[in-house]
Amino acid sequence: MTVKLMQGNDAIGWGALAAGCRFYAGYPITPSTEVAELLARELPKVGGKFIQMEDEIASMAAIIGARVGGLKSMTATSGPGFSLMQENIGYAAMAEIPCVIVDVQRLGPSTGQPTAASQGDVMQARWGTHGDHPILALSPTSVRQCFDLAVKAFHFSEKYRTPVILLADEIVGHMREPVDLPDFETIHIFEHNVTEDPATYKAFRNTPDGVPPLAPFGTGYRYHITGLFHDEVGFPTQRLDEIDPWLERVNTKLESHMDDIALVEEDYEPGARVAFLSYGASARTARHALKLARAAGKKVDMLTLLTLWPFPEKQVEALGERVDRIIVPEMNLGQLAYEVERMVGRRKVKRVLRANGEMLTPQMVLDAMEN
Amino acid sequence: MSEQDILDAASLKKDDALIPQAGWFERSETLQKLRKNKKFPTIWCSGCGIGIVMGALIRAIDHLGLDNDKVALVAGIGCTARMPVYMDFNTLHTTHGRALAFATGLKIARPDMKVIAIMGDGDALAIGGNHFIHAARRNLGITALVVNNSIYGMTGGQYSPTTPLGGRATTAPYGNVEPPFPVCDLAIAAGASYVSRSTVYHALELDKFLAEAIAKDGFSVVEAVSYCHTTFGRLNKLGTAADMLRALKEDSLSRSALERMTPEERAANTKVVRGNFINVDRPQYTNVYSNLITRVQAGEK
Repeated sequence: MTVKLMQGNDAIGWGALAAGCRFYAGYPITPSTEVAELLARELPKVGGKFIQMEDEIASMAAIIGARVGGLKSMTATSGPGFSLMQENIGYAAMAEIPCVIVDVQRLGPSTGQPTAASQGDVMQARWGTHGDHPILALSPTSVRQCFDLAVKAFHFSEKYRTPVILLADEIVGHMREPVDLPDFETIHIFEHNVTEDPATYKAFRNTPDGVPPLAPFGTGYRYHITGLFHDEVGFPTQRLDEIDPWLERVNTKLESHMDDIALVEEDYEPGARVAFLSYGASARTARHALKLARAAGKKVDMLTLLTLWPFPEKQVEALGERVDRIIVPEMNLGQLAYEVERMVGRRKVKRVLRANGEMLTPQMVLDAMEN
Repeated sequence: MSEQDILDAASLKKDDALIPQAGWFERSETLQKLRKNKKFPTIWCSGCGIGIVMGALIRAIDHLGLDNDKVALVAGIGCTARMPVYMDFNTLHTTHGRALAFATGLKIARPDMKVIAIMGDGDALAIGGNHFIHAARRNLGITALVVNNSIYGMTGGQYSPTTPLGGRATTAPYGNVEPPFPVCDLAIAAGASYVSRSTVYHALELDKFLAEAIAKDGFSVVEAVSYCHTTFGRLNKLGTAADMLRALKEDSLSRSALERMTPEERAANTKVVRGNFINVDRPQYTNVYSNLITRVQAGEK
């Protein structure tokens, strides 16, 4: 393809199409609506389907229903809509139905500031739905990464049978950059390969990698799917000898594949004693500060997290052993900093926070190096 | 089951009826549509009307000769929503109130399948009310089976959007102060293509209406009026399950009987009206969208 100027939200839409997304259900909300607009236009061209639902609860339900029917599915929203989706995100985690939820974060809580940027949904992406559950969240820092991580989001959701949150933000979503997207034909699409006899198919059995293949409805595999705790064939159960193995399998299936899942960018210098650790739009601010600091002759490491959940513990822990201080800029009141502190200890972490809808400035990050 | 089987069953002593007879399961075409690997009995209270609706649904599907693989049952949460797990189809037990929203995605992904959303009155009309009217408005090819027992049974008897005015519930200890939804009127106003109502006393009429609804290419609604003797019946002193079942016979009338009444009698009628209320052909959503894809792929802007 040729170089095109596009915004992050459009790149997310194209990434979804390239990844094989053939169903989108959503409800209009700033600053995510461009994703819906692009897919309303493009999905029918490839035989896909778009529907604008009556609310975000229904949107989330519809994408699960469509994936149960065999179509790779996505929705996009922002804070208030993301809150409404939480119950059914938990359903997707419980029933292990692959799906992608784009959250283009805006300033909250409540209606907040619809057109202002924020990274305030980081913890909600992890713990927004009730009960312990697996979740995977990816956060892009550029328009090209919006495309790449949308592709990855579908790949991971299928491979691990889990809902994946694509946690963008207003800045990355609406920012325009020139991008050269890859030929869609070159994108590898993960397909479930169900080879079992329908009579003995178990949609929720354990497998060596903890992820049983998923058969779509209507293809001869008649089985039960429920949000209740269930046995290997999907029937509700209250037996501890069925619940405990399920808990073990489902709540470790992501953590045991972190070598595959933990996407980070390490820009390290020998001898650095201080590091910036960031993600999303804030990583752009941190990178600017990094350039200025290095130009001034300072040695600084930079770790950009593209995977936020499960938290890339190994990489952050290793960074903590390299440097004395980790500066964590983020556009909230310190949500990811909690996780960094958990890995490296509170004394090593310096938070640089802003939660008023304005971007952090490189100077704010540089100032944090001084005190 | 053959007619003779039914007659034989009626002559059994009470204890005999609890024991499945030799060949009983295998001889029944409709019972073959129950899951062989699912543990029975059902979770429903003895005497509950929901099982009668399940029987009617199985007979309706059987009557239409549908392939089990091409039937999906989607349910929300509640006593009624536990129905799909016992039946040998593609079954999706979802979150409270959202059966129709899940069914919307499934039907669009698989227009070749018959998708039936099975809901109680609270599930369909309180928490799921918004999805109910919008699914009807879209005329999506789904059958909504609403089992109306006027109460939240599973949570122990709280008032629902169909609890009659003045009816007692655990959350209406002095009588319900909210008027109920007329389910069929609501469905018609919202745009459903097919709407019928019957009761669990009139089980064979339910068979017929369900078969018509499932065959319909459009949003179809069957309201199956049932009862909850365990909560509503006890709180309102309505007697046993058998008493409440009998009351459905006495307190209901057919649509044609209603039409034979004088206008004054009709206006004063408080009985449940059974019958088909609308059966029209309107463009069905998945057909319309399929045409859209064809147009767009042909280069239409």
